[in-house]
Amino acid sequence: MNAFLLYTVQGLAAGSFYALAALGLAIIFGVLGVVNFAHGACYMLGAVVAAVLLDVTGLTFWPALVVVPVLLFLFGVVIERLFVSRLAELDPLYNFLLTFGLSLLLVDLIKRQYGVSGLPYTRPEVLSGQLSLGSFHLPTYQVFVFLFSLLVCAGVWLLMTRTRIGMIVRASTEKSDLTRALGVNVKAWVTPVFGFGIALAGLAGVLAAPFRAITADMGSSFIIILFAVVVIGGLGSIVGAVVAGFLVGLVEAYGQAYAPQLSQIVIFVLMALVILARPAGLFGREENA
Amino acid sequence: MTKKLLTATAVVSASALVLSACGNAGPGGGDEGELSDGKVVIAVLNDQSGVYKDLSGPNSVAAVEMAVADYKEKHGDDVVATEIEVTSADHQNKPDVANTKAQELYDREQADIILDVPTSSAALAVATQAEAKKKLYINIGAGTTELTNDSCNPYTFHWAYDTYMLANVTGKTVTENGGTDWQIIYPDYAFGQDMDKSFTDAVEEAGGTIGDHIATPFPNDNFSTFLTKAAAEEPNVIGTMQAGGDLINLVKQYNEGGYAAQGIELAVGLMFITDIHSLGVEAFSGVNFAEAWYWNFDEENRAWADRFLEETGTRPSFAHAANYSAALQYLEAVQEEGTDDADTIVGNFEGKKINDVFLKNGEIRAEDHRVIHDVYLAKVKTPDAVEEDWDYEEIVSTIPAEDAFMPLEESTCDLG
Repeated sequence: MNAFLLYTVQGLAAGSFYALAALGLAIIFGVLGVVNFAHGACYMLGAVVAAVLLDVTGLTFWPALVVVPVLLFLFGVVIERLFVSRLAELDPLYNFLLTFGLSLLLVDLIKRQYGVSGLPYTRPEVLSGQLSLGSFHLPTYQVFVFLFSLLVCAGVWLLMTRTRIGMIVRASTEKSDLTRALGVNVKAWVTPVFGFGIALAGLAGVLAAPFRAITADMGSSFIIILFAVVVIGGLGSIVGAVVAGFLVGLVEAYGQAYAPQLSQIVIFVLMALVILARPAGLFGREENA
Repeated sequence: MTKKLLTATAVVSASALVLSACGNAGPGGGDEGELSDGKVVIAVLNDQSGVYKDLSGPNSVAAVEMAVADYKEKHGDDVVATEIEVTSADHQNKPDVANTKAQELYDREQADIILDVPTSSAALAVATQAEAKKKLYINIGAGTTELTNDSCNPYTFHWAYDTYMLANVTGKTVTENGGTDWQIIYPDYAFGQDMDKSFTDAVEEAGGTIGDHIATPFPNDNFSTFLTKAAAEEPNVIGTMQAGGDLINLVKQYNEGGYAAQGIELAVGLMFITDIHSLGVEAFSGVNFAEAWYWNFDEENRAWADRFLEETGTRPSFAHAANYSAALQYLEAVQEEGTDDADTIVGNFEGKKINDVFLKNGEIRAEDHRVIHDVYLAKVKTPDAVEEDWDYEEIVSTIPAEDAFMPLEESTCDLG
C-alpha cells in the first residue's frame, strides 16, 4: 500500500511537469494555431537559465520560480514578434518547421556554451528529505512539485474562467473565427499568449532543475511525451491538457512499477486508444477536429 | 486541419522516439628501418562535439601533444621521430562516420596510429579498418570487451578499461566490503545489458546475491519509481548501469528519495570525473565506482595533472591520461625500434611491461592485446572533505592488474 501511494505521488510529480508544459502548448495552439515544437527546448531553457542564474548571480530556487518564467515570457514575445507572426498567415506547417528549427538551434547553442555534461543545481534545504505522515514517508520535493503545479494550473484556470482576458483567450482558443467575427481583436492577444505559453514551459523547467539532469538534450524526449499528452487531452483544450498531463504521469509511474519493459509504450498505447475512441481527445470537441 | 497535423506529428515523433531508443548506445605500416613518409602521424579520432566531448574530446588531443613534447625533450638530439604530426577528427559517436574517418586518416593523412575512439560500435568499426590497412590502433575511450575477444586483431590494442573490469572492480569489491544484497537498474540497450550480465557474474562470484534486474527505457528522465521498486526489496546496494544524463537523473532522484539514510548504497557501473564535476560533488557523495586512474592519487599523477591544467585549464579524466600514455609508449617503441613500421611496433609492444603516469604495473598482454594495469575502487567525497576543485575522489582500494581484468583463459581472442 505504501509503495502504491509512493508510485502515485511520483506519478503525479512527473505529471506536473507534463501538465504545466502541456497547458502552455495547448494555449499557444489554441490561440495561434501553432504547433510549438520548440516547447521542449523552452522547458530546457527554463532549467538552464535557473542553473546559470544560480551560478552567476546566486539567485536561488524560490525567486527563480518567478524570475525565470518572466525572462522566458520576454523571450517568447521576441520570438513571436520576430518570427512566428511573419508566418502566421501561411500554412501552419511553416510555423511548425520554424519552431522545429528553433529547437535545434537552442539545443546546439546551449551545448556550445555550457557543454554536454550538464549543469549543477542545489535544491533548497527545506524541500530536501522526506515528509512523514504517520507510517508513510513521502519525498518532500515531489509532493511540493505536485502541489505547486496544481496551484498554478488552478490559477490559470481561474484566470481563464473568471476574467475578461481569460474569456477572450478561451473564446479564441475554442472558436477563433467566431470570436473574430464578434469584433474581438484576437491579434492583440497573440503575442502575450505566446509568451505566456513559453513561460509555463520555463516554469516546468525551473521545477525540474533540482530533480532532473540539466542538459541541452533534456527537452528532446520531453516534447514527444508532451505531444502525446496534448493529443490525449484534446487539442487546444485547457482542462484536457492538465488532466492528461497528470494522467500520463500516473500511467508512466504505474507502468514503471508494474510493467517496466512497457513503461514508455503504455503512454503511446493510451494515446492510440484515445484517438481511436475519441479522435478529438478526452476533452476536445468533435466538430473542431 | 491543423489538429490533424498535430496528431500526425505526435504519432510520427512517438515512432521516432521508439526507434532512436532502440538504436542508441551509451558510452566503444611503412617500410622497414625508416619512418614511413618521413614522419610519424598520430591521429586522435573521438567525439569532439557530443556527449563524450568533455571526458575525451579536444583535451585528448592536448594530452597527445604533451606526450610528443615529452618524447622530444627526453631524447633531444637522438630522436628517431624527427617530425611528428598530431591530427584529429570527430566521429560523432557514429560507427559509419568512424569507419570513413579511419580510412581517411590511414590513407590520406598517412596516420601511423589512431588513438581514443569512444563508443563501442565506433571502436569496433575502426578495429576493422586497422586490420584491413595493417596500421596501429590503440583504443582508450570505448568499453567493449569485444576488442580483445571475438573482434581482436594483431594491430588493435585496448589501453584503459572495459566493461569486464568495471563490473569486476565495482561489483566484486563492493560485495566483499559488505554490500552483498543487490538490485540492478540498467538501461535496456546493448551496453546496459552487457553491464548487467557482467555485474551479475562479478557479484555472485564474490558471494553476493542479486534480487531484481530492472530494465529501464533509454533515454529516461524519471527513475523515482524504479528506485522505489528496487528499494522495496530492502537491498543494501542499488547498482546502476545508467550513463551520462540518465545517470545524473537517477542520482538526483536517489538523493531525493533518501535511500542512503535507509542504508542503501549506490554503486555506479560507469562514471567519469567529468560527471562529478558537472553535477557537483554533493549529489554524488558516497557513490562507489571503478576508476582506471585518478589525477590526485599520488605525486606523479598530480604533477602531470598540474601540467595538464596549465595546458587546458581543466583537470584530466582517466581517458586523457591514457591518451598521453598510449602516445608516449608508441613513440618510445618507435625510438627503440628505429622505425614506425606497424608490425615491428606490434612486436615491440607484445608482452611489454610498462610503468608510466597512467599505467601502474602495466603489461601489454601478447595473447589478446588487452593492456592490464592497477585500477581502483573510488568513492565520491563529501563536500566537506573536498580541498580544491576536482578533488572529488577517495581511493578505497587498489585492485592489482592481474585481478582487475578478464583472465586470459576466458578470452576468446585468437591472434593466429
